[in-house]
Amino acid sequence: MTDAVEAEGLVKVYGSGDGEVRALDGLDLRVAEGTVVGLLGPNGAGKTTTIKVLTTLLVPDGGRASVNGTDVVADPAGVKRTIGVSGQYAAVDEYLTGFENLDMVGRLYHLGAKAARERARELLAQFDLADAGDRQVKGYSGGMRRRLDLAGALVARPPILFLDEPTTGLDPRSRLGMWKVIDELVREGTTLLLTTQYLEEADQLADRIAVIDHGRVIAEGTADELKDQVGGERVEVVVADAADLGRAHEVLGGIGIGEVGVDDRTRRVTVPVSGGASVLVEAVRRLDDAGVTVSDLALRRPTLDDVFLTLTGRSAEEIDDTEDQQPSTEEVAS
Amino acid sequence: MSALSHTVADAVTVTRRNLIKIKRVPDLLVFTTLSPIMFVLLFAYIFAGAIGEQNTGVDYKEFLIAGIFAQTVVFGSTFTGFSLAEDLQKGFIDRFRTLPMSPSAMLIGRTMSDVVNNVISLVVMGLTGLLVGWRIRSNPLDALAGALVLLVFAYAISWIMAYVGLIVRTPEVVNNASFIVIFPLTFIANTFVNPETLPTVLKNFAYWNPVSSVTQAARELFGNTNPNFPPPDVWSLQHPVLYSLLWSVAVMAVFVPLSVRQYQRTTSR
Repeated sequence: MTDAVEAEGLVKVYGSGDGEVRALDGLDLRVAEGTVVGLLGPNGAGKTTTIKVLTTLLVPDGGRASVNGTDVVADPAGVKRTIGVSGQYAAVDEYLTGFENLDMVGRLYHLGAKAARERARELLAQFDLADAGDRQVKGYSGGMRRRLDLAGALVARPPILFLDEPTTGLDPRSRLGMWKVIDELVREGTTLLLTTQYLEEADQLADRIAVIDHGRVIAEGTADELKDQVGGERVEVVVADAADLGRAHEVLGGIGIGEVGVDDRTRRVTVPVSGGASVLVEAVRRLDDAGVTVSDLALRRPTLDDVFLTLTGRSAEEIDDTEDQQPSTEEVAS
Repeated sequence: MSALSHTVADAVTVTRRNLIKIKRVPDLLVFTTLSPIMFVLLFAYIFAGAIGEQNTGVDYKEFLIAGIFAQTVVFGSTFTGFSLAEDLQKGFIDRFRTLPMSPSAMLIGRTMSDVVNNVISLVVMGLTGLLVGWRIRSNPLDALAGALVLLVFAYAISWIMAYVGLIVRTPEVVNNASFIVIFPLTFIANTFVNPETLPTVLKNFAYWNPVSSVTQAARELFGNTNPNFPPPDVWSLQHPVLYSLLWSVAVMAVFVPLSVRQYQRTTSR
């Protein structure tokens, strides 16, 4: 299979001197034709910058990238003809109707007036916006705007699609709706690179996931492969009394399959396990035997935070916290 | 289709989008038209008495109208920068930039729709002027030429504003920043007072300020000049139409390529 998207050693630096931020720091990425790759990472990891370089919005400071075999720096116009892009914010015009938005995009793709109109109607129907199509977008919900924005990316039936955080800011119901729409697209053979902060979303939509941090891909694989790296399920216990932390550590060490993590501040003890609910029962029994009073206990599937904890030794939350104090990459980006 | 016809078609599409907004957001149009009306009325009734006929021997309303026209269309061109900064902020320019459209079409479409804005302002101000006693004393063709000089100059300025909008990126800041520049530019001129009355440095600035020549050109073409009050003997004001057009061409020669280049490397935050 050929690669629809290929990036090698991408570097993008914002600012200079002390304020220098390496938004991309040697990023390598491949998306095989007809597959979906999810670029997973916290805010400021370089997701949006990656999309912007691949969609010709930004020129990289180093490395090379091609889309459909066309170099993004040497021939941006050629790249634009084969891609559809939906950015982090729904870039739809509030004062135009849904139809007018899509019709305008169709004209700018030079489809011709008639074809642009027909395609606009077709997409409105496909994205469940037919009834709202002749109303101004300012009355649309967040989910409807996102769907319209995605429809805009599909006007010219591009073989390669880039979606930057397609569900960020949507309520759970709209998110599910968006997943369904994307899933259908992919089934028709569109190559897709999407970014997300949610492992669940990557899990749901992507064939392969690339975890990105500090402008670099730090792990790559299928969802299952990544979860295995993290250690699959884990038991998490919050003890009522901090004095019990030591005993809880000991007990969980006996049932776990990996290293026990202890957080003194939240009185939380975590250990990777295998075996599902039965392990949980065993944990309850042993903790009880040891006389440890538990205020919370759960069996958890890995989250993005766990992936990060395992891959970087920091939690995704910590990464977000430190980057709130400095300008985050996304803010400097531009 | 050739590259040129693509550019034209794309610019028309973008212009249409911007004009739909004028139609759908009536507040915009109301304020576009209200402030020129306000300016005509304020200046005509407040300044006319103070610096009017008894001091200069000139009908101040006749003198004033071309100055207000010039000031208003120059201010009108700031809307170009404001709108581009807004489109940038909302990710709209990102979307356009990922389409295989002509890179200059977005800017041509923006500046062209702002010409429409300025035409509306001019018509409204003209009607208000007629109500308060201003008259065109030349002929319709000359008057039209006067309006054209104003619009061409404002169009050139809106390319500066396009560049400012793409660099500054925050619509409100674009507005405030351009206000600080445009206010003195349109006041240190022959717009509202006789520049002879100004201190030397300001006087020389006013003589060579293109806003003065645009105003003088409009005055002459509207037939609002007065033999008692000839323009100062400087080349810029003796050849106001030529001098205004030279400035317009020079500004565009610099800022059209600069803005298009900036547009092609600009992306939202």
